[in-house]
Amino acid sequence: MATAPAPLSLSASTLPARLRAGAVPAGARWRQARRGRMVVRAKIREIFMPALSSTMTEGKIVSWSAGEGDRVSKGDAVVVVESDKADMDVETFHDGIVAAVLVQAGESAPVGAPIALLAESEEEVPLALSKAQELSNGQPQQAPPAPTEDAAAAPPPPPAPAAAPAPVAAGTKGIASPQAKKLAKQHRVDLAKVTGTGPYGRITSADVEAAAGIQPKSKPAPAAAAPSVGAVPQAAVLPPVPGATVVPFTTMQAAVSKNMVESLAVPTFRVGYPIVTDKLDELYEKVKPKGVTMTVLLAKAAAMALAQHPVVNASCRDGKSFTYNSNINIAVAVAIDGGLITPVLQDADKLDIYLLSQNWKDLVKKARAKQLQPNEYSSGTFTLSNLGMFAVDQFDAILPPGQGAIMAVGASKPTVVADKDGFFSVKSKMLVNVTADHRIVYGADLAAFLQTFAKILEDPESLTL
Amino acid sequence: MQSTAAVSVSASATASRGGARSEAARRPGGVRVCGLRGEALACPSLRISQSPARLAVARAAATNGAVAGSGGGFDYDLVIIGAGVGGHGAALHAVEEGLKTAIIEGDVVGGTCVNRGCVPSKALLAVSGRMRELHDEHHMKSMGLQVSSPGYDRQGVADHANNLALKIRSNLTNSMKALGVDILTGVCTIVGKQKVRYGKAGSQDKEITARNIIIATGSVPFVPKGIEIDGKTVFTSDHALKLESVPDWIAIVGSGYIGLEFSDVYTALGSEVTFIEALDQLMPGFDPEIAKLAQRVLINPRKIDYHTGVFASKITPAKDGKPVLIELIDAKTKEHKETLEVDAALIATGRAPFTKGLGLENINVVTQRGFVPVDERMRVMDADGNVVPNLYCIGDANGKLMLAHAASAQGISVVEQISGKDHILNHLSIPAACFTHPEISMVGLTEPQAREKADKEGFEVNVVKTSFKANTKALAENEGDGIAKLIYRSDTGEILGVHILGLHAADLIHEASNAIALGTRVQDIKYAVHAHPTLSEVLDELFKAAKVNSGVSHSVNEPVAA
Repeated sequence: MATAPAPLSLSASTLPARLRAGAVPAGARWRQARRGRMVVRAKIREIFMPALSSTMTEGKIVSWSAGEGDRVSKGDAVVVVESDKADMDVETFHDGIVAAVLVQAGESAPVGAPIALLAESEEEVPLALSKAQELSNGQPQQAPPAPTEDAAAAPPPPPAPAAAPAPVAAGTKGIASPQAKKLAKQHRVDLAKVTGTGPYGRITSADVEAAAGIQPKSKPAPAAAAPSVGAVPQAAVLPPVPGATVVPFTTMQAAVSKNMVESLAVPTFRVGYPIVTDKLDELYEKVKPKGVTMTVLLAKAAAMALAQHPVVNASCRDGKSFTYNSNINIAVAVAIDGGLITPVLQDADKLDIYLLSQNWKDLVKKARAKQLQPNEYSSGTFTLSNLGMFAVDQFDAILPPGQGAIMAVGASKPTVVADKDGFFSVKSKMLVNVTADHRIVYGADLAAFLQTFAKILEDPESLTL
Repeated sequence: MQSTAAVSVSASATASRGGARSEAARRPGGVRVCGLRGEALACPSLRISQSPARLAVARAAATNGAVAGSGGGFDYDLVIIGAGVGGHGAALHAVEEGLKTAIIEGDVVGGTCVNRGCVPSKALLAVSGRMRELHDEHHMKSMGLQVSSPGYDRQGVADHANNLALKIRSNLTNSMKALGVDILTGVCTIVGKQKVRYGKAGSQDKEITARNIIIATGSVPFVPKGIEIDGKTVFTSDHALKLESVPDWIAIVGSGYIGLEFSDVYTALGSEVTFIEALDQLMPGFDPEIAKLAQRVLINPRKIDYHTGVFASKITPAKDGKPVLIELIDAKTKEHKETLEVDAALIATGRAPFTKGLGLENINVVTQRGFVPVDERMRVMDADGNVVPNLYCIGDANGKLMLAHAASAQGISVVEQISGKDHILNHLSIPAACFTHPEISMVGLTEPQAREKADKEGFEVNVVKTSFKANTKALAENEGDGIAKLIYRSDTGEILGVHILGLHAADLIHEASNAIALGTRVQDIKYAVHAHPTLSEVLDELFKAAKVNSGVSHSVNEPVAA
């Protein structure tokens, strides 16, 4: 890592080295490309799409802070990337001139794919440009519908459409309005092939939409919206019911969708457990004024139980081994506008409930503002999902990739219970249901874990220690 | 490239004037409201006995020989040439200081700002802001609102702008009349020392004398050569504000305040816009970080494209069945790059001073590119670099800072000096705003300017930033786009600059500009309380985030003179 630094870092200096390391396996292609560059073209560096989170497989360029021809120095923010979780400034590791932007603002690229070329000096710029040409011809990105056309349109971005037609003549032909140009780029329409119907024979946005096969305005065509979800294998798409509105996934929703489909590859099973919560409720009333929430109490209890059952805190990454995690980091599912995010309470077994509550408050605030750092949402080793507040009595959760188990907590409600002597009484009872990866966690493991968890909650004084 | 002027001051001028007036009326010694003016002047001794400050004024005025209106044989204590916002501000303050004042206007009261600038443009922007909101389905839906196909009536929008201008103009006129300012009509020429002639152009038949004269003639849109204005398809902000048409595609030459505001109006009303900017970057006058974000928020998602680093060397209006033709040449090599065909072109390349015919040659003053040379006290300098006594120039005509409120502040500064109180205006404390959606505002230095100054003077600069995404009120409005940044000296806590892009940024900047004007330091202002939840907490957060090196705790509250 140290000798061959990944070409990009986040401007946020808190980015753990782990993340950058995590970016490396993202593409063997990347590594090859880099090696090639080191030897052959030492003065032209590629800027890659960085991995901003462990779940990120592709990123969308929100905007380029540096344009083609701009001189940048090490540490300058050059591009803003929208990952599945947040918008991030990405800075360069090298001084140089941005010779060619390979992926334009608004477009997406897989993690590890080159998104721009950085030349060390003016002299290298033409070389970089020819390389850009080479790259876009050689590896059509993401296999869009018409790769050849795309490659031709991609390299020199703005002048292409305007410069293509004959320069003088009557001038009118081939002129496109600003919005028409934007749409053409978005839908990969070659403006040279569009006949303008606007004033003075100009190409309007309606012409481009017609060429792209889009009917009226407000319905974004599913085909056009597909690229961000492209990786997900989809069953035959049924035609929408007439009058339906099609809303493409946001990046976050696309990430959720992808994770959910991936989870199907993991063999899971579920174990439920009833827990009497009268004492827990009492404790909660006591600590509530100090800012402790039920979520934190549950997370703390889960963490304490996980400490005794490390296998439930383990994960199976390659299908061949157990990965025992040294920390117990409880991810808690939080619904936010337009999606779902899982802020992580790190070292939940070690911190007391007051500290955890403070951390939790900060995390939720950041989550709502979409300002969570990658390590704050992607470092969980166990997930907690609580729908008790909606009076759900029980449900089961889907195991997120990379974790061993996830716990689904229902509402606690008064229930008639009979004790072993046959006496009836009314106790508050809640049902928890854990989904686990059966490759590493077996039924008895999970049952034992749940028993410990229940014991902690039924005699909750230990939570406050 | 001072494309600043005009379209940027809020319409609050008259309102605040009204406030100042009533305060003057309440003050016991301050008998300077119209009806009482004569009385005040009749018994100056009474004032002298009241306050030492007044004594100084009276003494200074007495040495000038102009205590009373007719004193020293002059018709007026002060004659102001030009009744724009600058002249108006000066006139009101002059009356407050007990000066006999006249204002000469060759056109209509209110000048550029009220009639062809900030005021009508605010009316158009108010419309564009609402249109934008109503058209943003996603935004509406996220708040649970449903709106079906909003539209607009062009004439109705145009009338709104025109009515606003009329109303503000009459407010301005009335406020001056009520205070006893003589409003004289005609074009005006300085014929000699302390003497002007005015009247119809060509036959200026009336001559008056004044102890002091302020030139406040303002500016007109600057049109580079090669551009043919027809007022219909190729026009300046003067015509655009009448909104006689909403073209399908309009090119805006210049991406400063004026161009940016009009791009907001036109795109909201359905036009597509092409910016033509001579410099390599859009919005060259702004703090680079703000410009970058502004491009992300105000340009990229809209129906706008742009050409930078190019001049529009020739623009031909639409005629003979041909569209507007714009020839672009490279700003550096001057080589022809391409020809644009659009439906209309708005020339927003800045403003040129309006100083022709003022008769400056009669008093040995030579303008520089039309601007009247002045010193830091707005005193006019002659060709030999000497101060011309009793002659001042404020506002766009001197080109120091082409903003309506800057002109007014300069006018007040001049009246202070005439009244015997030395006064130098700190231009770094004057805020500026661009009323796009969201708005942009700024005061003081940009970050690169501050860093340069720090390097030169050897102090350390710190920058803190906050996002509107972290502000409750902004999120309640579903308007989380935007940032605010504070640039300050980390050793003393002096505020060097504040830049805001976000909801109501123009209204938020004043806490910062007042702090700069009054010399309030970060370490003091951070304890001031802001109502929750309000947008003002954006600034609160900045002040609280700023770290000042220990050693200086609380500052002495002395104003920083620039």
